[in-house]
Amino acid sequence: MLKTFIDGIVKNNPVLVLAIGLCPTLAVSTSAFNALGMGAAVIFVLTFSNLIVSSFRKVIPDNLRIPIFIIVISTFVTIVDYVMKAYLPGLSKNLGVFVPLIVVNCIILGRAEGFAYKNSVGKAVLDGLGSGIGFTLAIFIMGTIREILGQGTWMSIPGGFEGFKVLGQGFLNYPVLFMILPPGGFLVIAFLMGGIRYFEARRSA
Amino acid sequence: MSLFLLFLSAFLVNNIVLMRFLGLCPFFGVSSKLDTAVGMGMSVIFVMVLSSVITWFLYQYILMPLNLVFLRTAAFILVIASLVQFLEIYFKKAIPGLYSALGIFLPLITTNCTILGVAFLNIDYGHSLIQTLVYSIGVSLGFTLALVLMAGIRMRIDTAPVPDAMKGLPIAFITASLMALAFLGFQGFLGLSL
Repeated sequence: MLKTFIDGIVKNNPVLVLAIGLCPTLAVSTSAFNALGMGAAVIFVLTFSNLIVSSFRKVIPDNLRIPIFIIVISTFVTIVDYVMKAYLPGLSKNLGVFVPLIVVNCIILGRAEGFAYKNSVGKAVLDGLGSGIGFTLAIFIMGTIREILGQGTWMSIPGGFEGFKVLGQGFLNYPVLFMILPPGGFLVIAFLMGGIRYFEARRSA
Repeated sequence: MSLFLLFLSAFLVNNIVLMRFLGLCPFFGVSSKLDTAVGMGMSVIFVMVLSSVITWFLYQYILMPLNLVFLRTAAFILVIASLVQFLEIYFKKAIPGLYSALGIFLPLITTNCTILGVAFLNIDYGHSLIQTLVYSIGVSLGFTLALVLMAGIRMRIDTAPVPDAMKGLPIAFITASLMALAFLGFQGFLGLSL
């Protein structure tokens, strides 16, 4: 049981190892707070869609399963979208179209089809939590790197907390703006993935 | 003139893949060969224009009057999934030539977030029908451009000496980063931002 949970975070990390769910990872990781918000939304949708799919796995007809999964997932995505719009309007504005687009995130449909449809409820929920936390961890690491280098702050919240000034005042005046622009996102994930592969290769050699 | 600007903005300045980060899975998944990249691009152009117009009508004439706006996520994805399925069956029967060229890409398109993303963006920006048409043509041409450029570059990288750990996806990401940097140059183009 515990292995299911840990595997989703480390060994089968959806973003950094399996390279799925890339769109939100790159688009939303301009700051650590945005990344956490997106991660929380994905954990919620993933856990609950796994729970529902796994509970009803005996009654879902095999050839209709994909449309049924999509309806289940889009229900939870709509809930997240509306709750976020009501209580965290700033975050909702930053994440923009990527909140409703959680529907087509390959991680969620992939876990529903590949795991929850074949396993017991408890396992499916743990798998959902594990993969969701794995996604959040990856996107949070990217958000942290990009925000610190690109803006000089960490965990700043739009319209609230102005963030920890990690690199000092001088850096705040002249940050590496490149990092929070689109090319920086591609560069950061390239080196994160490359780094993971490098250490994996050295460990197994 | 403003329609032309909208087109340019969608096509180059705010390129959907390199600036907006939509459709990254096909961008990295099918960009290792030039002919598959062209095939995927063509399918996306076709499906995107059709689905944008259909979802626009669905939103304006069914969801809005009936106060069912909260159903848009579920409604759009179902419409797009069934449209793609329908096109696949129709092509197989009626236009086998086109089917053999685009057929394998059609099922992949359902989970391509550009299609659904553009449907949402058209609503969020409040586009009219003409604007929706122009915007979706621009976006899908921009997607095809990025995909074909990427495929061309990746075919060259295949024969280049790349460090072991960076082979495959990581070097593709670095390529994409440099391409995005180049596209960033269009940002000052015509002084427009949308």
